[in-house]
Amino acid sequence: MKAEIEILHPGLFSTIQDFGRRGFQKYGVPLSGVMDRIALKTANLILQNQADAAVMEITQMGPKLKFSAATKIAISGAYLSPKLNEAGIDNNEVVKIHEGDILSFGRPEYGMRSYLAILDGFKTEKVLGSRSWYEDITRHEKLEKGMKLQYEGSEEQKYETHAAIKFDEEYLNSEEIEVFPGPEFEKLPETLKSHLRQSKFSIDKNNNRMAIQLSEILENEMQPIITGPVLPGTVQLTPGGKLIVLMRDCQTTGGYPRVLQLSEKGINMMAQKKAGDKIRFKSPPTPKGGEALS
Amino acid sequence: MNDFPKITPMGERGILIEFEPEISEKLLEKLLFYKDKLEEFYDEVNVEVVNTYNSLLISYMFSIENVYNEVLAIKELFGEAKIGKINNQQIFYLPVCYEKEFGWDLEYISKEKNLSKKEVVELHTKPFYTVFFTGFLPGFLYLGGLDEKLQISRKDQPRMKIEKGAVGIGENQTGIYPKSSPGGWQILGNCPVQFFDKNNDPPCEISAGDKVKFYSVSKEEFEEISEQISKGTFQLKKENYEG
Repeated sequence: MKAEIEILHPGLFSTIQDFGRRGFQKYGVPLSGVMDRIALKTANLILQNQADAAVMEITQMGPKLKFSAATKIAISGAYLSPKLNEAGIDNNEVVKIHEGDILSFGRPEYGMRSYLAILDGFKTEKVLGSRSWYEDITRHEKLEKGMKLQYEGSEEQKYETHAAIKFDEEYLNSEEIEVFPGPEFEKLPETLKSHLRQSKFSIDKNNNRMAIQLSEILENEMQPIITGPVLPGTVQLTPGGKLIVLMRDCQTTGGYPRVLQLSEKGINMMAQKKAGDKIRFKSPPTPKGGEALS
Repeated sequence: MNDFPKITPMGERGILIEFEPEISEKLLEKLLFYKDKLEEFYDEVNVEVVNTYNSLLISYMFSIENVYNEVLAIKELFGEAKIGKINNQQIFYLPVCYEKEFGWDLEYISKEKNLSKKEVVELHTKPFYTVFFTGFLPGFLYLGGLDEKLQISRKDQPRMKIEKGAVGIGENQTGIYPKSSPGGWQILGNCPVQFFDKNNDPPCEISAGDKVKFYSVSKEEFEEISEQISKGTFQLKKENYEG
């Protein structure tokens, strides 16, 4: 049965995302995909969806959505006080939706990005192997008022609701971001290295799906490098002494020294930080990907 | 002993292979040779290999289980020192209209460089530019081979909007803006050809190792080409390149 969600109010910034576009970096196409993969997996797992089913990524101020047919949803990641019609609902559980139901969000309680999964996933267009929205690649780049999103409605129960699973949400609030040394880490002077290991940094208001800037200014005399590859999780140091943490929509190449590289978990954690939050960089307990930072 | 290539992990899912920090066609040839080797060795479903001027990055779909083993395997692949020629190199001929409407900074460049506008266009259309890689934006080609006489610094104040297709110069680089965006390059013309198309697979015909040659077209020809492009009848001129 064809069913759709009508966007009554778009909220601050919401997009449709999956695991992103692989195989097109050599054409300069960003990887994209959900900022927080842990939350996507959790929400899809709760609904017994395919692991990579497309979800809605909701930033801070959520949208107001109207469902045209019955289905089930689950919300994971940041807690933005979701409400079904007028009643508050919880994160990380199956929520039954009836025809005409309205989902809205209230006060952001913790975390930066919330993930709305729907039974069988959102069915927006697939471009270059992914449904992830990105300017000029997909038709839409963010939720707009009046937009309609397709999903597979289902009248009948696909399965029995199972006992609640306990999810570890510690990563949403932790200050410690896991990192490995980046390609240019060794070229940093000792003072800067220890600064990176020991200091707290704050998330700047300049942060989006491409990159998150940190507010502190470091004393930096490092020269730019010959333009080289970068990835989500690469931390660049600009000539002005700012640290920039590249995120999922980042460009594929860059010319600033790459001083750190976040672990996969670190990227997911970073995705949940908002302006003013504090972080510290820390080596993972058992480094798999490389030498420890300290 | 040569320290290069330097093979180091980049996070849990990447291995970075860095060569001497230089920009040259010889190094590009080497990179593309090894890139082919790596793609052959790994299943392309599981890894993606990209090159820049002096690096190769292998991105894995999953976390690498044993970095040491990977590095050993890569070293062995690289043991084969005989570098072959780049395969299937093509030259793409791209029309550019250098007339006033598009060549916003042509006058400025000609004054700064003490060249007539005609000379600027001649110098810009003469070389076979080498495509080193694509990055920055979808379909943005990093081209090498700009004539030294045309090297010019970026604008002090970047423009808020540069038109899609704008052809510009920034320091020793020249290139085409694949979409309208803010930018600081000196603009000398516009190329109506869209060579990045998200509906094609691959989305871009031109890739690392290929050559690009610009040719000057009048405003009328530009309009004609644009019309052919919108009708889907435009044929991009290309031929095999025998280095």
